[in-house]
Amino acid sequence: MIIKQVSVFLENKSGRLNEVTQILSDAGLNMSAFTIADTSDFGILRLIVSDPEKAKFLLKQNNFAVQITDVILVKSPNRPGGLAKMLNILNAENVFIEYMYAFSNSEETAVIVLRPTDLQKCMDILQNHRSEFLVNEGRYSF
Amino acid sequence: MIWNEKIECASRAEMDAIQSERLLQTVKRIYHSNESYRKKMQEKGLVPGDIKSISDISKLPFTIKSDLRDNYPFGMFTTPMSEIVRVHASSGTTGKPTVVGYTRNDLQMWAEVVTRSLAMAGVHKNDIVQVAYGYGLFTGGLGLHYGTENLGATVIPISGGNTDKQILLMQDFGTSVIACTPSYALYLAEVMKEMNVSPESLKMRIGIFGAEPWSENMRREIETKLKIKAIDIYGLSEVIGPGVSCECEYQCGMHVMEDHFIPEIINPETLEPVNPGEIGELVFSTVTKEGMPILRYRTRDLTRLIYDKCKCGRTLVRMEKCLGRTDDMLIIRGVNVFPSQIETVLLEISETEPHYLLIIDREGTLDVVNLMVEVQEQFFSDEIKQLETLRKKITDRIQSTLGISIRVKLVEPKTIERTAGKAKRVIDNRKI
Repeated sequence: MIIKQVSVFLENKSGRLNEVTQILSDAGLNMSAFTIADTSDFGILRLIVSDPEKAKFLLKQNNFAVQITDVILVKSPNRPGGLAKMLNILNAENVFIEYMYAFSNSEETAVIVLRPTDLQKCMDILQNHRSEFLVNEGRYSF
Repeated sequence: MIWNEKIECASRAEMDAIQSERLLQTVKRIYHSNESYRKKMQEKGLVPGDIKSISDISKLPFTIKSDLRDNYPFGMFTTPMSEIVRVHASSGTTGKPTVVGYTRNDLQMWAEVVTRSLAMAGVHKNDIVQVAYGYGLFTGGLGLHYGTENLGATVIPISGGNTDKQILLMQDFGTSVIACTPSYALYLAEVMKEMNVSPESLKMRIGIFGAEPWSENMRREIETKLKIKAIDIYGLSEVIGPGVSCECEYQCGMHVMEDHFIPEIINPETLEPVNPGEIGELVFSTVTKEGMPILRYRTRDLTRLIYDKCKCGRTLVRMEKCLGRTDDMLIIRGVNVFPSQIETVLLEISETEPHYLLIIDREGTLDVVNLMVEVQEQFFSDEIKQLETLRKKITDRIQSTLGISIRVKLVEPKTIERTAGKAKRVIDNRKI
């Protein structure tokens, strides 16, 4: 399924990440996943939170540069070759991936957040393999 | 050696007489040949006859850099173009350069003042002078070049950069004098060390350094590292170029070639002359130039004048090393940079807002500029690729506009301090 990811621009200086998590904590927002992409000067924090719009509003109020991006949430069997199989399918269809991150939340399944260049095309391909890969709406309480 | 003893050791009364006579002639000529000067004098209710001697100089209107810009490119010239044999130009605030023009006599006079400067520094005709200032529109290279030839020394017109070759020629040609910016001199010393070339193995004995501010500490560092005497030379293209003033071997202030360029010190706030010996803004009037004479040009450099006779025997007034500037112009690696130029570039790039902070440091011997630009909501991209593209775009634009490379650093919104008054846009950490 397609979900809203919150992206935050962060300078590489101490304490900034802490501020973001504190703001979300104070508002009672729960984070399901997050990752940081970093360069020498700055980083981009990407978050999956329970209420992305509220998170954006609060972070903006605190002068962060924030953006909401659509990403695809995919599941994969939590065993060797699970991810490879999915990526082979996408690769065969020429779907490029800007970035992705993953976490496993049970013995059986891993969850992958995917940001392809062409969101709709990627979604269509995954639809064809929906029983294998696609996360059903509501199944994960993101 | 004193190149022109009659002038350089003239009594104050003699100098006053020379200056008065030449000032009168210059004012008369400017008034009758240049409309913008005539208008300015008329606005003050002045006619050439009101200027009777050097003591009347403070009645004359000032000239500022923007006058040159307003009259771009040749509007400040007072002779027909057929008399102009060369132009030079320096960077200006809006991307348009400041243009100056020289007649044949002007070039001769320029060579003379540079020759005097070299002689003051202790250079003689047996020396081999490596001119590592840039040759071209910048006055440094060609200015030193013709002065050296006029002195009768040998000139190596290598121009700037190409450091390995500079060092190779120093070794093989037996260079005894180097002329470049002081920061480049330190860079040369560093590269020499890396190449295992000891200064003792060279014939170098004098350095003629200018075009950017430098301190006594830097002088000591250069002198120790290169085993030479480091001499400060001053000049600006609006007046002539290098050779407006220069230190003698005693290194106690720069002797001004005041028979050609009359210095004054004014209070930059009130514009009134300061008391003798006080610090203020340096102002120059040229009294022999033909192509582009300039009256009471405000240099923005802060210094003071010393009228005591120097140990070298010269009576030419001395100016102290410049202590700073009255405007926001920065000199970075010898290039004039105005913060407003950066603002213009940022305004041209639609994704950015002109909230920026310029931080200048000296790393080793080179000036390093960091430009902090705020990431705004509207151009913050989730993808690093796009932010890097934006950063490169800003870097490239600034490189092409200012002619210097800088490091652009993207910072969070609202992290650059806002003030109600004049925004603090520049932090200069260089110890000069």
